[in-house]
Amino acid sequence: MDINYTALLPEIILSVAGIVLMLLIPFVPKESQPKLGYVGLVGILLAFCALVLQWEGERGLAFFDMVFQDNFANFSKLLFLLSVGAITATSMHYLEQDRLLKAEYFCLLLFSTVGMCLMAASADLIMTFLGIEILSISTYVLAGYRSSEMKSTESALKYFILGAFSTAFLLYGVAFVYGATGTTKYLQISRAISDMDSYPVFLLLGVGFMIVGFGFKAAFVPFHVWTPDVYEGAPIPITAHLAVASKAAAVVAFLRILFQVVPDLSLQWQQLLWISAVLTMLIGNIAALTQSNIKRMLAYSSIAHAGYLLVGLTANSTMGAQGVLFYLMAYAFMNLGAFTVVQLVARRGEANVEIKDYAGLGFKYPLLSLALSVFIVSLAGIPLTAGFTGKLFLFSAAIQQGMYWLVVIAVVASAIGIYYYIRVLVFMYMREPEGEIESVGIPGVARIVILIMVLGTLYLGILPGSVLKMASEAVNF
Amino acid sequence: MEELVFYLCAAVAIVAALTVIVQRSAVYSALALIACFCSVAILFFQLGAEFIAAIQVIVYAGAIMVLFLFVVMLIDPESDAFASNRLKKLTITAVPLAAILGLLLLWAVPAVGPNGSDSSHAATGGIEPLARSLFSDYLLPFEVTSILILVAVLGAMVLAKRTD
Repeated sequence: MDINYTALLPEIILSVAGIVLMLLIPFVPKESQPKLGYVGLVGILLAFCALVLQWEGERGLAFFDMVFQDNFANFSKLLFLLSVGAITATSMHYLEQDRLLKAEYFCLLLFSTVGMCLMAASADLIMTFLGIEILSISTYVLAGYRSSEMKSTESALKYFILGAFSTAFLLYGVAFVYGATGTTKYLQISRAISDMDSYPVFLLLGVGFMIVGFGFKAAFVPFHVWTPDVYEGAPIPITAHLAVASKAAAVVAFLRILFQVVPDLSLQWQQLLWISAVLTMLIGNIAALTQSNIKRMLAYSSIAHAGYLLVGLTANSTMGAQGVLFYLMAYAFMNLGAFTVVQLVARRGEANVEIKDYAGLGFKYPLLSLALSVFIVSLAGIPLTAGFTGKLFLFSAAIQQGMYWLVVIAVVASAIGIYYYIRVLVFMYMREPEGEIESVGIPGVARIVILIMVLGTLYLGILPGSVLKMASEAVNF
Repeated sequence: MEELVFYLCAAVAIVAALTVIVQRSAVYSALALIACFCSVAILFFQLGAEFIAAIQVIVYAGAIMVLFLFVVMLIDPESDAFASNRLKKLTITAVPLAAILGLLLLWAVPAVGPNGSDSSHAATGGIEPLARSLFSDYLLPFEVTSILILVAVLGAMVLAKRTD
């Protein structure tokens, strides 16, 4: 009820780390600015420790009913810290190599994590909005960080304009819901809705607008159009950030709203999400088939994966929600790993981001290629990897609710998806390179990140039990 | 006395608002706008909404006016681009819109009733209740907004500071 700092300890630590980093920037010579990423890593590590310390702590609402302190928030924060940690670690090499010597990058990453954590913990629409805005504004700037590149600036501008547009939708929805229920607090809204005999148009319209707003942020079809251009133009670590952490934050906040704010309207939103799930899976996978740029391909693949997540949301069951959380974790491991390899192979100035640049890589860099193969196989959803078990849980949740057609379409869509994933493997192992392969620099930090991601992908694929148990505790609202 | 102040301020506000539109020189329009804001601020003060009155003066008459004056300085409103045709077209759309707004107000103001300014309404605009809810119920959003602004400042700085 009252002020309870432990509920927000990770966020507080991350904010302080961001501010400390900001103050350090003027005292560090230009050349060693990328090294300041270690300060960010320390902050993330401390926030992680804080999270672990409160893992078994008290549950309930904190800060005058503004945030939840529950397993769901903790699970989500763990996911965000993991992925931002990996992105910070790989970014240091990227910034150094591309001579982007401005350490504000790491501050923005840390602050965006604060926004994501608040989104996951939020118990009030005002907090949700603030979290989304903190995340969005920092990622708008990060997407345009390669300021000398036209594409990067274009990416930032497109993301900003469409992001602002979607925020307007979200706010409009929040205003309508507030008008219909007289409160912005999650639990009070859901109580007000369950007391209603019939639902006013404004309420339904408001919830619809909020779905549109979240749909933009999580790139659900038909609100996905910005994704390929923005992902292509952004620096590769930021593309990973957008595809993994930022998307996860939107999905997690959306899930909480669906399950804790408007569970009584499930008949209505299930229909909308059903349609969106089908479109997202099909369009994501089919559009990815024709891509020659690996960043664009992964962008469409991330749209397709959002579609699988939508299957879990549409199921509207505890098992579906649990599947979504598990899948987000699995998706984080495999996609962060894939993006790290893509970043290394791209080399200086992102010169090699076409799929044909992977020709012959398999024999020159066997370990790196093996790692990428694991991630690709997992993204395609082949058994023994995280991607397969994740999809299994999502789809079986839908089957349990009798949504057979949805699952049939989902399986067909993922079968289409296998083609473009395998194409990368074909290029790596079965095509001759066009010329001499330039050497790929693999810094030690990136090695560690890739190793963790490979182990995570395989662990979730072979022994999903422990994470699944965590996820099931998390969705026990 | 109170009524006298009210009618005086209301009259000044309306005359000033009209001056903003009628006046040809943009700088005079801006100055008239300040007069309008200040008299509206006094009206708020009369309703017991001291905080809104203060904000009206500080934010509108202060910060936003400076912004307006900057724009007036930078774009040279006496130039041809602002002169004739475009403004006429805008007037054609503006008049019906203003009429609609006026009708809506005619409908809405009586709906609120003469007791629209009772104590419970005025209380929310006072400094004490505002501070009370800002530092209890809305403490966290208030604090988190500072991070949002920090991010915006930092982002603006990053975008403005081009590397070589």
